[in-house]
Amino acid sequence: MINLHSRWLDLRHLDELAANDTEIHRLNPCIKIITTAIFLIVVASFSKYDLISLLPLFLYPLALMNRAALPFSVIAKRVLATVPFVLFIGIFNPLLDHTPGFQVGPFLISNGWISFFSILLRFVLAVASALILVATTGMDKIGSALLKMHVPKMFVIQLMFMYRYLYVLLEELSRTLLAYSLRSFQEKGLHFRVWGSMLGQLLFRTIDRAQRIYQAMLCRGFNGEIRLLRYNTLTKIDIAYCLGWSTFFLVARIYNIPQWLGALLIGRH
Amino acid sequence: MHMADALLSPAVGGAMWTVTAGLAAYSAKKVQKNLDEKKVPLMGVLGAFIFAAQMINFTIPATGSSGHLGGGMILAILLGPWAAFLTIASVLTVQALFFADGGLLALGCNIFNLGFFPCFIAYPLIYKQIVGREPSQRQLFFAITAASVIGLQLGAFSVVLETFFSGLSELPFTAFLLLMQPIHLAIGLVEGAVTTAVILFIWRERPEIIRVEPLDKLSMKPLLVSLLAITLVVAGILSSFASSNPDGLEWSISSITGHQELATSTSLHNFLADVQKKTSFFPDYTLAGSESASEADASAKKPVSWPAVDSGTSAAGIAGSIFTLLLIGLIGKGLQLTAKH
Repeated sequence: MINLHSRWLDLRHLDELAANDTEIHRLNPCIKIITTAIFLIVVASFSKYDLISLLPLFLYPLALMNRAALPFSVIAKRVLATVPFVLFIGIFNPLLDHTPGFQVGPFLISNGWISFFSILLRFVLAVASALILVATTGMDKIGSALLKMHVPKMFVIQLMFMYRYLYVLLEELSRTLLAYSLRSFQEKGLHFRVWGSMLGQLLFRTIDRAQRIYQAMLCRGFNGEIRLLRYNTLTKIDIAYCLGWSTFFLVARIYNIPQWLGALLIGRH
Repeated sequence: MHMADALLSPAVGGAMWTVTAGLAAYSAKKVQKNLDEKKVPLMGVLGAFIFAAQMINFTIPATGSSGHLGGGMILAILLGPWAAFLTIASVLTVQALFFADGGLLALGCNIFNLGFFPCFIAYPLIYKQIVGREPSQRQLFFAITAASVIGLQLGAFSVVLETFFSGLSELPFTAFLLLMQPIHLAIGLVEGAVTTAVILFIWRERPEIIRVEPLDKLSMKPLLVSLLAITLVVAGILSSFASSNPDGLEWSISSITGHQELATSTSLHNFLADVQKKTSFFPDYTLAGSESASEADASAKKPVSWPAVDSGTSAAGIAGSIFTLLLIGLIGKGLQLTAKH
């Protein structure tokens, strides 16, 4: 039950961050989505045993977090919250792959461990970049950007509607569950006898609310068309942002920057 | 269970994105064509309802553990498959964006796994077949449970396939399958029970909500065939693009063909090591112990042979990594300081 409340707060927190006004927030939302997509594809395209060559890519989330004044803890907390599944699947790599891969002094690290840590790094990069996208853009602008990128309107409308009502419903559900918890000696979950009635009641309220919303919309001239405020500005800064980062991603993908820097430092290759 | 970005190759992620985008566009067209305008807000609110309901713990009798709701079947029953698919897609999108469930590259996979199977396979082919115009409670129960279980089994199988073809996880196909399917059998049974409880409640209290009109002829065959074709074409194009990492597919194919020999667990490790060697990314792989003499000539032969074992390149790699992280930290700090002024 507490889980629900904290998730709701999480949503609100990201929304509040998205309402900030920094130079990253002001960038064109389409550009931010495209840059994120390029980043994700580049990260995924690294080969299984690339570990240290992934490191330079951490510049991207770090630079954005600093530039957009996002608190490090907010992103880190969410990244940690979703790590179990990847750990669960990834941990089999070191167990199954014992081929030697990397020598650190007397220690020999197997390829299994290298691919395991590679998966972890990919995970952190991918999750952080997605969260940063939302925390610097916000749902409204993402919606308008999706429309401009020719995502079916029906889907965008659905997305925006859902997002709007999430707040209302989560609040209602958390009240309902609090009431249930107080009357059931603070049970942690729903007893199976009330599965149907509890969810069913919530559903009825939901549907009734949808009806009222629909009537209110009709009164205000709704004809099946949702008009979203558009953000049309595409400036030179936006283009430079996208091209600059893409170039950096590609350079980091093609050249093993840490290896090169290390060779430069130590004088060996 | 959500598929994750970190386990995906661009080829698999891209292929699933294309398929899902196609399905969503087609569904959007379908919904728009026979648009019951009332449905627009209903879809939105039901999406939010499923989102919220997924957070409730359902205590499973006599076990002490609790289960969760996926919601695909409830949506399909209340909205029909097309609108339900769009609704699930929107739920998963918000979850991927705000809670990092899965991730953006894996979003295509997740919408497909959790949306396509319940809406376009389990609902029309199982639920609709069992439930007639005037279903009894027992019929509803069997129909919903069967549909939920099979929908989730297919979804879990799809996760296994996607992970496997991406080739990042070392988990052998059969082992992963044996891990995923039973877990999802349990999840599917809970899902079926919760869905049945809700639908029966609605059936008793306000039966008019549940659609009873027959589905407009869902012609699944052309849809499935074209889906398969798109998947293969896109995966082919993308994997030839991403040929820097060809071992994913190779590995999986040799593993599939080698399944008959893979009977006991003792041979499992040998077999994997063998496959590893055969499909090794670096053909002139050097083993650390035996090759100390030829270390110099190995590095001469292949100047950038990371990650062949060579303590020289390793030392440079480690020093370089630390240096890179320091550099990134410094640049980050610099950006932060300049941003404040």
